[in-house]
Amino acid sequence: MESILITTAVVTAFSGILAFLLTLADRTIGDYGEVKLIINEEKEYTVDGGDSLLATLISQEIFIPSACGGKGTCGYCKVKVIEGGGPILPTELPWLTEEELEDNVRLSCQCKVKEDISIEIPEELFNVRQYEVTVESIEDLTPTIKKLRLRFKEGEEIDFKPGQYIQLKAPIYEGNDEEVYRAYSIASPPSHKDYIDLIIGYVPGGICTTYVHKYLKEGDTVEINGPYGDFYYRDEHDNDMILVAVGTGMAPILSILYHMRDNNIKRRAKFYFGARTPEDLFLLDVMEDFERELYDFEFIPTLSRALDEHNWSGERGRVNVVLDKHIKSPEDKEAYLCGNPGMIDSVVKVLTEKGILEERIYYDKF
Amino acid sequence: MIELNPFVIFFAAIFTNNMILSNFLGMCSFIAVSKEIPTSLGLGQAVTFVLTFTTILNYLIYHHILVPLGLEYLRFIVFIVSIAAFVQLLEMIVERYFPNLYYALGIFLPLITVNCAILGVSLFMVIREYTFLQSLGFGIGSGIGWTLAIVAMAGIRQRLREDSIPKGLQGPGITLIITGLMALAFVGFSGIVQIQ
Repeated sequence: MESILITTAVVTAFSGILAFLLTLADRTIGDYGEVKLIINEEKEYTVDGGDSLLATLISQEIFIPSACGGKGTCGYCKVKVIEGGGPILPTELPWLTEEELEDNVRLSCQCKVKEDISIEIPEELFNVRQYEVTVESIEDLTPTIKKLRLRFKEGEEIDFKPGQYIQLKAPIYEGNDEEVYRAYSIASPPSHKDYIDLIIGYVPGGICTTYVHKYLKEGDTVEINGPYGDFYYRDEHDNDMILVAVGTGMAPILSILYHMRDNNIKRRAKFYFGARTPEDLFLLDVMEDFERELYDFEFIPTLSRALDEHNWSGERGRVNVVLDKHIKSPEDKEAYLCGNPGMIDSVVKVLTEKGILEERIYYDKF
Repeated sequence: MIELNPFVIFFAAIFTNNMILSNFLGMCSFIAVSKEIPTSLGLGQAVTFVLTFTTILNYLIYHHILVPLGLEYLRFIVFIVSIAAFVQLLEMIVERYFPNLYYALGIFLPLITVNCAILGVSLFMVIREYTFLQSLGFGIGSGIGWTLAIVAMAGIRQRLREDSIPKGLQGPGITLIITGLMALAFVGFSGIVQIQ
């Protein structure tokens, strides 16, 4: 009995003393006082020093895209630091190209705010806000792909360019003990600012996709922030458009097509959509509507694993193969691609070989 | 037990009783961070630094708190907690007062809170009944030995990058095989001194 008491007392005292020391250190050594944060040489904030740049910006309600929650494993939260912030850390190097290193681009989750700091961020990030939205409907597009409609609160609205994305927060649920943000493209028309649609495929073991597919119910409230992204519809030219997507990559293309319909844009557009089997195709009725309503639009699905029993009469093979066959005259075309890195790389290769200018190829890799 | 000169223990901890290559301790950061020489050197320095100080700290805690109270069996939990707290504290101090050191090795500190080589050294020190100076030699030597092993591994892996390795063996697989070969090579040192 006595030994149990002594053991408990010693362990408690020991942990207590260490906890006290650490708290004390955090208050004294870890306290960097107030520092100045200057953004784009115009906006000035006074913030508490000692945190990472990402956390500091979030505390000022400026949202930098980040998918890993500040662990330095996604490489999204890049910010140009003009002054302050200290030297580049080895934990950032894997994510930065040589050009970015020269420009003093940093990962904002690794760079700490310990002195006055001056940074540059794209103006549109000020447009980024955090929203609490209600899940209005969940619809199965295929057995593994769901369409979510998220409705904004009365009086709130979102302003985005067709092709941009938002980040959806997956909360803690059974089997997941950390909050994560995942990026999803908006699939609905920008003219409707009171709701957005997302198309989310199920990834086995994926934290956010498991949440959406297994736990999320109609009527639930979720947290999103956005819009983000430099993949969006460009209206500088009115040349022919090549749209390419596989799987859930259809989402931003849908938004672009809705935008063209709502604004009566008279451009020729061909949409190449890759899937494995006929069961993986979805929203075919919407595509038929587009073919009727848009100025000059063609939907070209292609299947990489069509079997004889499918009776598939359309295109076969991967999208890069079909594009290689279809594109005859490259002059003055513009391309929008969305899908996995393998697809994007192979399609960019085909398109540039055909003579399409690289700066006219816009893509969103995920 | 024969009284060993602290310097002999220091030497043995580097070559004959290397933490990684003869005890296979601290393997996770050894495998994960041995891709580039500069990074692994930084991590190795941080490990040496922490090993030296935690060995001293745990020696004092063990002989001046646990032994007088007859609580030797608590050493596992006490050592783990004191190492974790010490590394936290060290990170804060280095970050605040030694910025250059922080950028060189401070960012690795959180990685080694749970490095089992650190706990291993503290426990070996107790099991082998080292004196204070012997423990100090053992701590520093183990850190240098760990650094030597990880830097050698990073050098080998930098060269391996050009080679075609069977798919199933890429990454940790081939690293473990190389570790085994390095351990065999280090057996060659074992005749020089033996501490146990």
